[in-house]
Amino acid sequence: MNETGGRSPEGDEDGAKSANNTSATADILREEYTMKLTKRSFLGLALGSTLATLPISAFAQDWQPTRPIDFTIMAGSGGGADQIARFVQSVVEANDMTNRPLIPTNRGGGSGAEALLHLNDARDPDHTLMVTLNSFYTTPIRQEGLGIDIEAFTPITMMGVDPFVLWVHKDSGITTFEQFIETVREMDGEYVMGGTGSGQEDSIVIAYMSGAYDLDIKYIPYDGGGAVAKDLAGQQIMATVNNPAEAKGFYEAGDFVPLLAFSDERMDAYPDVPTMKEKGHDFSYYNQRAIVGAPGMSDEAAAYYRGIFSDVYEGADWQAYLVSESLSPLPMDEAETRAYWATQVANHRQLLSEIDG
Amino acid sequence: MEVFSFLVSGIFTALEPINLGLILVGVTVGLFIGAMPGLGSVNGVAILLPITFLVPPASAIIFLAAIYYGAMYGGAISSVTLGIPGASTAVATTFDGRPLALQGRASLALVTAALASFVGGTVATIFFTLFAPLLATVALNFGPPEIFALMLLAFATFVGLGGDDIPKTIFSICFGLVLATVGFDTISGEPRLVLFDIQGFLRGIGFIVLAIGVYGIGEMLWTIEQTRGEITTTNPKMTAKGLASDAKEAVRRGWKGTWIGSILGFFVGVLPAAGATPGSLMSYGVAKMVSRTPQEYGRGSPDGVAAPEAANNSASTGSMLPMLTLGIPGSPTTAILLGGMVIWGLTPGPRLFLDESEFVWGLIGSFYISNLAAVLINLAFIPLFVWMLRMPFTILAPLIFVLSIVGGFAATRSMHDLWLIVIFGLGAFFMRKFDYPLAPAVLAIVLGPIAEPTLRQSLLLSSGDPMIFFTRPIAGPITVIAIILILLPAFKLLRRRRSVASG
Repeated sequence: MNETGGRSPEGDEDGAKSANNTSATADILREEYTMKLTKRSFLGLALGSTLATLPISAFAQDWQPTRPIDFTIMAGSGGGADQIARFVQSVVEANDMTNRPLIPTNRGGGSGAEALLHLNDARDPDHTLMVTLNSFYTTPIRQEGLGIDIEAFTPITMMGVDPFVLWVHKDSGITTFEQFIETVREMDGEYVMGGTGSGQEDSIVIAYMSGAYDLDIKYIPYDGGGAVAKDLAGQQIMATVNNPAEAKGFYEAGDFVPLLAFSDERMDAYPDVPTMKEKGHDFSYYNQRAIVGAPGMSDEAAAYYRGIFSDVYEGADWQAYLVSESLSPLPMDEAETRAYWATQVANHRQLLSEIDG
Repeated sequence: MEVFSFLVSGIFTALEPINLGLILVGVTVGLFIGAMPGLGSVNGVAILLPITFLVPPASAIIFLAAIYYGAMYGGAISSVTLGIPGASTAVATTFDGRPLALQGRASLALVTAALASFVGGTVATIFFTLFAPLLATVALNFGPPEIFALMLLAFATFVGLGGDDIPKTIFSICFGLVLATVGFDTISGEPRLVLFDIQGFLRGIGFIVLAIGVYGIGEMLWTIEQTRGEITTTNPKMTAKGLASDAKEAVRRGWKGTWIGSILGFFVGVLPAAGATPGSLMSYGVAKMVSRTPQEYGRGSPDGVAAPEAANNSASTGSMLPMLTLGIPGSPTTAILLGGMVIWGLTPGPRLFLDESEFVWGLIGSFYISNLAAVLINLAFIPLFVWMLRMPFTILAPLIFVLSIVGGFAATRSMHDLWLIVIFGLGAFFMRKFDYPLAPAVLAIVLGPIAEPTLRQSLLLSSGDPMIFFTRPIAGPITVIAIILILLPAFKLLRRRRSVASG
């Protein structure tokens, strides 16, 4: 493990708070969130990609799909990735953007292993796309036997990243993160949190939080974020780290109280909720909402799809969706995406090894 | 009485020309999608979701809900006529629907299914209208221990009454449970029973794959072996008069199952973890349990058709409830509807009834209209479906085989699953030869994936203390009833032995 603070020159954003009290782990984590570097350059990038879209679209006319496009979803129906895939499909369909339809298929089996294998073995990579979440990184690490190298996949478009927020039920009376910490410590191992399956996103966030504050939390794994939110609403569990989209309905009804955001900066929809970084831990965690192509996709086809999906991305529908579901934009070009993948894989490897530790 | 003014305005919304048109189209499309083996409401709704971008949200969800309903009606059709469950929700319908068809009473089975579906759908809609917010709270009180207790009860209804051969029933359940554990385990995050390292098993064994294998291929083989292809179905009546007399008989012999299915199906459907498939299987079990003539079940009892059919319609309405009020899907189909609502810019959840009352009541109003439309359209098509049965079995058998394979592939798009269908078909044939009941295995593979995680979650909650199933106010009574039901046959056996000994 590496203690070089110099790894994160962009860390100046959190000012003194990211000072030396961060553990070695956090230092490694920082690398992942070195992508926040882009936070500031986001605007510039977004602007650049708007301009760039036009020539890309024009160039893309050289290649057209000749059969229906396999639009594999890396998760079961109803979850965040599924909603996004169907939203994107509807936008494409409604605006008649492709000459062949996108065919969404849920291949969530084996925590996304099914989808990864499907893309890896795709017979026609030019017509095979996938909508991802973070199991894109975690599943190949946890199941090495699959022989999946995600760096072989073709980056298409990063549609946004989904932050995590710590929620409790309003009846708990807890309103601040400090109270939460105190309560968890008082309960001495009896505090119950729910989240998605072991080794998946929620468990990573909770494991980090437990490690950073030395908490003893009873973790109950569920199938999906929806079930987790429901059991918090029914107070079967005491807290969750749901994505905002999953908890939004209950939050608006006043049932859920957000305590802490695991985002780089405070979220627009929750301006009063502090971030983990403000609490002095250089940690943030997002679920990736991206579209990737099968390994071996031709450059022409990849350019075509990048054109289509960046048009979707720029469109009013998607921009409104980003706001309503509290997704953060994170536009990247191909080279940036590859670099991002590499850091994500390294970071997840580190995080998972600590959980399994 | 505020509810009624909302309801009336909702029904008027549903009767607007565009909505009424969409209901009729949706129900008809759903009916045929449901009747196609393998394709069910999930597929229909998913395929047609993008189209709904063209109409206002209220019309869009009315259309999709109509497809959902239509598919629930349609699922019974191939279950009865071909013996292949048209959709996973209609598996229990094959248990008695198919024997009725083989006795030349296909039209009775279909009429019973249609009428039971109508009653189930309507009863559920009435519950929905009156108690939606209250029931949402009840659903929240069902945590992992309660759901597990309920699953235990479902198994108990099958063990207690699985026929005379209880060891074979238990074997069949265990076999199904083992199959249900194949694949990725969420709780440990590890793959399990990936047989022969075949990657396809990572996904687990789909219920629809098992159902098509067992009931499509297995049933076909069984029929061929039993009849040597010379099946004689008496010519079914297809006149209006014949339908009317079938309807009368359906009411007379199926009302009990209909009520059980309507009520039980609704409550199971409301629980987010369950949905229409467990609802219909449980209703079948309970209807058999309370019946005075349980021996008729599995041999062509109209009650046995009515219970699951009423339940699957009732549950499909019920599963809309957690979707609308909590933003949590009660079934795979509602999961897709939920995605649709997000696309249309609505936020499902506790505030939906307040913020979008026109939308919600328009949808509820459409439930009434869709149900009425579905039962009428369904009855009108029954002669067509019955006519298919006039084909000699030598023609029908290859047709069933092709439909099973095509339907299985359409549902999963995987060759791996096709091979499984064939293997399960052969396996089912031999299990039947040796007189093992198959329904419990099917029940187990449906309920296993719900029961196992909730059991483990509960024990995690209680740090391993099984008393959690007895001390919680809702879980406790359910667990006790389930245990009594499981032990019932043992008591009976003991008493019989004792009376034999003393006599």
